[in-house]
Amino acid sequence: MNDTRPPILEIRGLRKTFGDVEVLRGIDLAVKAQELVFVIGPSGSGKSTLLRCCNRLEEASAGSIRVDGADVMARSTDVNAMRRHIGMVFQSFNLYPHMTALRNVTLALVKVLGKSRAEAERIGLAALDRVGLAGKARSYPGELSGGQQQRVAIARALALEPKIMLFDEPTSALDPELVGSVLNVMRELKRGGMTMLVVSHEMRFARDAADRVIFMDHGVIVEEGPPQLIFSAPGEARTRAFIAELTR
Amino acid sequence: MEAIVQQFFNVAIMAQALPLVVAGLRQTIVICLIVIPLGLAGGLAVALISLSRLRAVRWAAIAAIDFFRSIPPLVLLIFIYAGLPFAGIRPSPLAAVAIAFLLNTSSYYGEIYRAGIESVGLGQWDAARSTGLRAAQTLAYVVLPQAVRNVLPDLVSNTVEVVKLTSIASVVALPELLYSADMARSVTFNSSPIVLAAAIYLAMLWPVVRLISRLERRIAT
Amino acid sequence: MTAWSSFVDTFFNWHVIERYSPAIAKGVVVTIEVAAAVVITGIVLGLALAVVRAFRVLVVNALIVVFVDMFRALPPLVLMLLVYFGLPNIGINLPSFAVLWLVLALVLTAFAEEIFWAGILSIPKGQWEAARSTGLSFVGTLAYIVLPQAIRLTVPPLTNRTIAITKNTSLGTVIGVGEILNQATTAQSFSGNATPLMMGAIAYVVLFIPVVVLGRVLESRFAWRRV
Repeated sequence: MNDTRPPILEIRGLRKTFGDVEVLRGIDLAVKAQELVFVIGPSGSGKSTLLRCCNRLEEASAGSIRVDGADVMARSTDVNAMRRHIGMVFQSFNLYPHMTALRNVTLALVKVLGKSRAEAERIGLAALDRVGLAGKARSYPGELSGGQQQRVAIARALALEPKIMLFDEPTSALDPELVGSVLNVMRELKRGGMTMLVVSHEMRFARDAADRVIFMDHGVIVEEGPPQLIFSAPGEARTRAFIAELTR
Repeated sequence: MEAIVQQFFNVAIMAQALPLVVAGLRQTIVICLIVIPLGLAGGLAVALISLSRLRAVRWAAIAAIDFFRSIPPLVLLIFIYAGLPFAGIRPSPLAAVAIAFLLNTSSYYGEIYRAGIESVGLGQWDAARSTGLRAAQTLAYVVLPQAVRNVLPDLVSNTVEVVKLTSIASVVALPELLYSADMARSVTFNSSPIVLAAAIYLAMLWPVVRLISRLERRIAT
Repeated sequence: MTAWSSFVDTFFNWHVIERYSPAIAKGVVVTIEVAAAVVITGIVLGLALAVVRAFRVLVVNALIVVFVDMFRALPPLVLMLLVYFGLPNIGINLPSFAVLWLVLALVLTAFAEEIFWAGILSIPKGQWEAARSTGLSFVGTLAYIVLPQAIRLTVPPLTNRTIAITKNTSLGTVIGVGEILNQATTAQSFSGNATPLMMGAIAYVVLFIPVVVLGRVLESRFAWRRV
């Protein structure tokens, strides 16, 4: 591990309140370049909210978030330009049903980055190829399986060449047989050097691919460490209880 | 029986009235060409305003929609045509019709667009915004296309209503289809011209009405 | 006179309001009477036609479809003029109140039938099959299983459509029914002031806004056309 790499994502003292419920209670987290950080925890622990604060789909109540040094939450930051650097993959894919897979991928390239249609299609096809779906470029989401749709969603984020990719339970909505195809793509991304922050309960994947695992509960980070440590011999009682539940 | 045919299906009188009625039809089409695009555009504007982040603006838009949906279009038309002159504004019959219809149809179309936009899941917004698309771009390329598709039967159905609504322009003596037919009726003391006008409305709208039924049924089942 | 006081004098003249309130009030009563008559007959007849359609007798259904399509495609004003001016010439003399009620009721019947029919069709076949397989008759299934579910679905579109059609009572002014608009325009020409028109407009708003708001509430509670 090269410890002199600068953190791509740096979160300090992040807090988020919804109404009178404090969902995030002071999160400090740094994700270094090319790291795959895995976040686990019970539902309601704030994992999704954490991710959504990073690209400001939710506005944090307090704290700071920096991506590659740039302050995400500053008022002067151009949110739309900033979002291109932070790729997001959702549990429910959220592909645009009225557009082909290729158009799903190229829309932001054309409208946000101002690329020409031809250039965008070249980049888009390359991204679809990376996820193994170049052949489905002209298909509509309705014609694709869940796993294929999620991979197109990954290509859509990938095509913008983000500095970090956030995965919010990417396989939770998939039938078990389709999960593998998506995880393989994620493994490929990791091998290609992408920085990734993943919320998921795919433990086997974490054991293979994660550099660090973080356990969150009730809006705070309870424990973090390398996967072997967290999964086999966690220090905290809460972590132990959660892992036990997961592996039952 | 003989009397019914004489009074309502008198072909000779229909032939006589035809030129007048056709001129009226042309005027009706002109009205539609003005009013329908205006209403569609106005309705979209109203719907977008009603989605504003500011609660006061949202409520104002919804209040305006409900207000103009509560007033019968004829009342609005008469108010504009006969009432405004007292305040010094004298709109022509066509202008009065255009204004009244704009206010009325924008509210109805606006309500339909609103329901359509709300029916597009939040996930679509999230996905589009997270790739850096602006709110306006998200609306234009991702949300509105889906919204319109969802409420297409309602949009078509409302457009049929607008075409039927043009008949009230006859009350302010705008020489559209019904006015012309009624003029022919009062001159000939025979109702066949109106039957002719009815036949023309049917020819224009019956196919669309059938289509709407089919669309509605496909969504419901 | 300042612009404001001139505006008030033109549209909110107190003397005129006092003088013509009784007339407008009479118009309100007439409007409500016609509307109530139209709503009751229209919905009952519409439901009846939809039920008849469920028996799937081909000729009868064809007739129903023709009737419904015609009354959905024709402007109510056209129908009213046809009935009001045409019928007397073949010996049928109906008072204008009856003409207004008849035309609007038939229009509502047509729309209501389509709405109820779509509701009946949307009940999954499984419901029919389950009910019939327990020995329930066709009519019994319709009465106890299908219609109760279907009717619940029809509330929002039916409410909206009913509101739209009852507002057409204002068309009665063209054939001399003494409803709100008629009273208002008469008062306006007698008084030479636009205030009666404003009173008429406000009377309609007061009458219908509660119903429109109710329709909006029902729509969100019973949303049945969600893709």
